[in-house]
Amino acid sequence: MNMRMRLKTRNTLKGLAFVSPWIVGFLLFTLVPLGRTFWFSLNEVRFTAEGIKTRFLGWLNYKNAFLLDVSFTDILVEYLWQTVVNTPIILVFSLIVAMLLNRNLKGKGVFRTLFFLPVVITSGPVMQQLLDQQATALPGLERFLSPQFLQQNLPAFLVEPVSFLFSSFIMILWFSGVPILIFLAGLQKLDRNMYEAASIDGASRWQMFWKLTLPALNPVIVVNVLFTVVTLSAFPLNPVVSKISGDMYKVEKGIGFATAMAWIYFAALLLVLGGLIAIVRRRERGVRGS
Amino acid sequence: MNRGAWKKKLGNLARNTAAYYLLVLIGFVFLYPVIYMVSYSFMSASDLVNPLVKWIPSSLYLENYREAMEVLDFWNTLVKTFLATIFPALLQTAVASVVGYGLSRFRFPGKGLILAMVLATFIIPAQVTMIPQFLMFRDLHIVGSVVSFLLPASLGQGIRSSLFILIFYQFFRMMPRSLDEAAQIDGANALTVFLKIGVPSALPAYVVSLLFSFVWYWNETTLAALYFGNEFKTMLLALENFTATYQRLYPIDPYSQTGKSINEAITMAGTLLSVLPLLVVYAVFQRWFVESVDRTGITGE
Repeated sequence: MNMRMRLKTRNTLKGLAFVSPWIVGFLLFTLVPLGRTFWFSLNEVRFTAEGIKTRFLGWLNYKNAFLLDVSFTDILVEYLWQTVVNTPIILVFSLIVAMLLNRNLKGKGVFRTLFFLPVVITSGPVMQQLLDQQATALPGLERFLSPQFLQQNLPAFLVEPVSFLFSSFIMILWFSGVPILIFLAGLQKLDRNMYEAASIDGASRWQMFWKLTLPALNPVIVVNVLFTVVTLSAFPLNPVVSKISGDMYKVEKGIGFATAMAWIYFAALLLVLGGLIAIVRRRERGVRGS
Repeated sequence: MNRGAWKKKLGNLARNTAAYYLLVLIGFVFLYPVIYMVSYSFMSASDLVNPLVKWIPSSLYLENYREAMEVLDFWNTLVKTFLATIFPALLQTAVASVVGYGLSRFRFPGKGLILAMVLATFIIPAQVTMIPQFLMFRDLHIVGSVVSFLLPASLGQGIRSSLFILIFYQFFRMMPRSLDEAAQIDGANALTVFLKIGVPSALPAYVVSLLFSFVWYWNETTLAALYFGNEFKTMLLALENFTATYQRLYPIDPYSQTGKSINEAITMAGTLLSVLPLLVVYAVFQRWFVESVDRTGITGE
């Protein structure tokens, strides 16, 4: 008994020793900063020669973000729209490409290399340059979908998100590099026997996709939703990210206000992420139930 | 062969042809911005306005690259960016492997909570933590130096560190324990076992983690702009200021209206130059990138 206890304690100590850099880092660079930004967000924060001066405001910064700031609410809504629309586009596109690549064609390695290239070169400034050149719109599309055309044929609240969608369609697709790989790995793990059995039972390919492939891929879809939403949210061209970075340095708004926006943004991110994952999970239960 | 088999073969052929067609089409659309970038970067000012020149420049015009290299201060920026990228990447990979090993090999109370927190830090946006981090770095006088990237990386809080910790955790969990146990019976301590058995067997995970860390540190601009400030510009921050720097280097004389003005060919050359090192890394290691998921078994859950 004593021996076993000692072994257990030793194991605990060894484990903690290996993990300790992370624990220290987590406290120092994540937990404490989280606490401090939350405190900042409830205050007016000023930098003086003697240090940081705070004046408690309660939830005023949060209220001001929505009520006083002229652009924050619009930008936040735009971010929510973009993420909710773009994530499914990215994932459906990734799945289609992964299924094409999974066909064991000759030269599929070349295609795989091409489709992964954007992961390596995608960054804020590069995307900004390509957007400025309108190199990210589908070639030829602008002839059919001019801003006027959209304004005449769509309800007002959809004009902005839809025109963004078309003007940056390729940029959105460029986020599919990692999801394609993850889907491909998921597809390769599928059980072939299941498909043979279904085929003998006379199931069509279409039925097999909906009844076998998609449900089996569900855990992989959750991983991809997580990765995609986080990547999109951290991207520097994301409107909220640039708004927060910009307002940080403004004297009249300052750190307190910027941190309040950051917390609202974090809440919005969790809302989108939770919502999308809930949809995927719900579908999973729905299929199993039927 | 009977009719059924023929029909099946024909159907397969048709489906494969359709798959190729789709892949080529998607591939073209996908790479359109890259093709655009390469094509435009070689165009002279007269090619840009010439309606007959659509994709292929009339001559291989290299002046854009000469100017773009000057604007980016290419060689100087390249060396600095490389140093500010490779060292955090190395450190982040090393620490992620240690932490991932600890989480996968030992049972201890609070392990589940730590794993959950590792995942949570992946989701937490930098915006909620970067301001206090910046203030801390300012007090430590490391703002404007690479140390502000090295310090979080050395404690498992670098750029997407959590992802790499999870990769190593997954990798070491799949590794058989029997080797470890044999070494432990021989009296080797945990650190020796990790260094002698864990590290060599996890080589694929190290390569993948290092490559992705390199790419993501290179492409990081929000934190780099905040932490490095005006001390030095990484390649992509130099690209962000490209137009402003160009106008400073080639000012337009307001009286005579002479001088040069920036055009899309020059910015495209600058953009291509700023990702060129990444393209070289990708060309050399592309197999490691596209096989990363298979080689590390991330989706193993």
